[in-house]
Amino acid sequence: MEDMSQYPLELTGDDIPMVRFMNVTKRYGKLTVLDRLNLDVATGEMVTVIGPSGSGKTTVLRMLMTLETINEGVIYVDGKPLTHMEKNGTLVPASPKHLRMMRSQIGMCFQHFNLFPHMTALENCMEGPVQVLGMSKAEARKRSEDLLELVGMIEKKDQHPSRLSGGQQQRVAIARALAMRPKVMLFDEVTSALDPEVIGEVTNVIRDLVNKHNLTMLMVTHQMGFAKDISDRICFFFDGSIEEQGAPDALFGNPQRERTQQFLSAVKEAG
Amino acid sequence: MSLWEFIATYWPDFLKGTGITAAQFILATMLAIGIALVAGLMKLSHNAVIRGVSVTYIEIFRGTSLLVQLYWIFFVLPLFGVTLDKFTAGFVAVGMNLGAYGAELVRGGIQSVPKGQWEAAYALSMSPAKRMWRIILPQALVNMLPPWGNLLIELLKNTALVSLISVTDLMFVAKQINGSTFLSAQAFGLALIVYYVFARFIVTPFMRWLEGVMRRKLGRA
Ligand SMILES: Nc1ncnc2c1ncn2[C@@H]1O[C@H](COP(=O)(O)OP(=O)(O)O)[C@@H](O)[C@H]1O
Ligand SMILES: [Mg+2]
Repeated sequence: MEDMSQYPLELTGDDIPMVRFMNVTKRYGKLTVLDRLNLDVATGEMVTVIGPSGSGKTTVLRMLMTLETINEGVIYVDGKPLTHMEKNGTLVPASPKHLRMMRSQIGMCFQHFNLFPHMTALENCMEGPVQVLGMSKAEARKRSEDLLELVGMIEKKDQHPSRLSGGQQQRVAIARALAMRPKVMLFDEVTSALDPEVIGEVTNVIRDLVNKHNLTMLMVTHQMGFAKDISDRICFFFDGSIEEQGAPDALFGNPQRERTQQFLSAVKEAG
Repeated sequence: MSLWEFIATYWPDFLKGTGITAAQFILATMLAIGIALVAGLMKLSHNAVIRGVSVTYIEIFRGTSLLVQLYWIFFVLPLFGVTLDKFTAGFVAVGMNLGAYGAELVRGGIQSVPKGQWEAAYALSMSPAKRMWRIILPQALVNMLPPWGNLLIELLKNTALVSLISVTDLMFVAKQINGSTFLSAQAFGLALIVYYVFARFIVTPFMRWLEGVMRRKLGRA
């Protein structure tokens, strides 16, 4: 049993990060996928996670989305525990209700979009605001249309996902996540399932978000050029822990660790 | 007597019987859908007790004969103080039996919805009930409509058994007229035709139409 007294009930001070992973360990059976991960993401910061396949990048995002439980440690969002809640002065694992309340601050976009096929683009975006936030249909429609405009999909708002290209579906998925007004956005390889010629339309939307909005973002991508352009910080994952992290220029231009160098040159060769 | 003469003479009786069969079919279908939904969802529950109740129900009703179930409901339940009139006992037995088969279709339909749909709904903070009703079930429904079409035809054919507890359905009428006229070929021939027409020209086209509607809703048409 882990000693929970080492973890504060909430974060205090001047410099509370938007996201804090504190000693987070994740296991699948005997396989330790993440080993005592410590990672802070500041408010408004764009952090990109890179690393070889199987190094635990997706798992980091899924734990933050509470799609996966964690075995040890605590994750905080906006200073409050996400994976745990306070009970009699100590932290205990969060109830489903606590998780649902906390994760409404987090939005996620998936590799395979996962739009709801029985709803139009607009209905996809309105679903969360109406069903979860209890917003009126008129208000949710206004918000959703604004967001579809932002991602350049307003002309296709009445189309079902099956009528949209991958790039268009992913842009709708971004609008759908934003419609919940999350504080943190997670992007898990959102361009990996796309044809090369449409990757730009999705990365441009994300670029736009970074430039114009003060969202905190955590992104996994294999688009190194894109990551270098827009990130405040790059984290290189290897085998379930952060091997090296730093500003994009430093990490890409002058990687310190051998594994980072190997990974980056392998990626460069691949294209 | 030719089949045409037979029809000319006995059509009012057959019409009445067909009406009863149609009523048995519709009521049993509604009951089967309700039971299938509840038992199918219960079978997917994380709670072992709830799952156990569902599994037991499905096992009993699929593992034993509908005729025996019908007799139980009509003849044995009154001994425990539950008395149903024959019409009610008829569609309840058929509905409960086919509902057990339908439960497997519901479970399979739900499991056929990609995991990513659950996760997307979860990431929007939707409650478990809303995830199920608004996101998963509509998609599951599309996947399970074709097997439901087959199941409903099975159900229609099975309603003929209710004649054995003297519900005056199509089969009962055919047997009655056969008994008084000995025109077996005509009586049972006509019954055969009516069941066939009911299945192939009403139930099947209706289900096809419903599949089309649902596919359009998914934007797949
Ligand atoms: N549901 C699961 N069950 C068992 N092992 C898993 C599961 N999900 C991921 N893993 C394992 O965890 C490790 C990290 O996976 P993941 O976070 O998806 O890596 P990445 O996104 O960096 O490719 C891999 O070894 C993977 O096989
Ligand atoms: Mg991954």
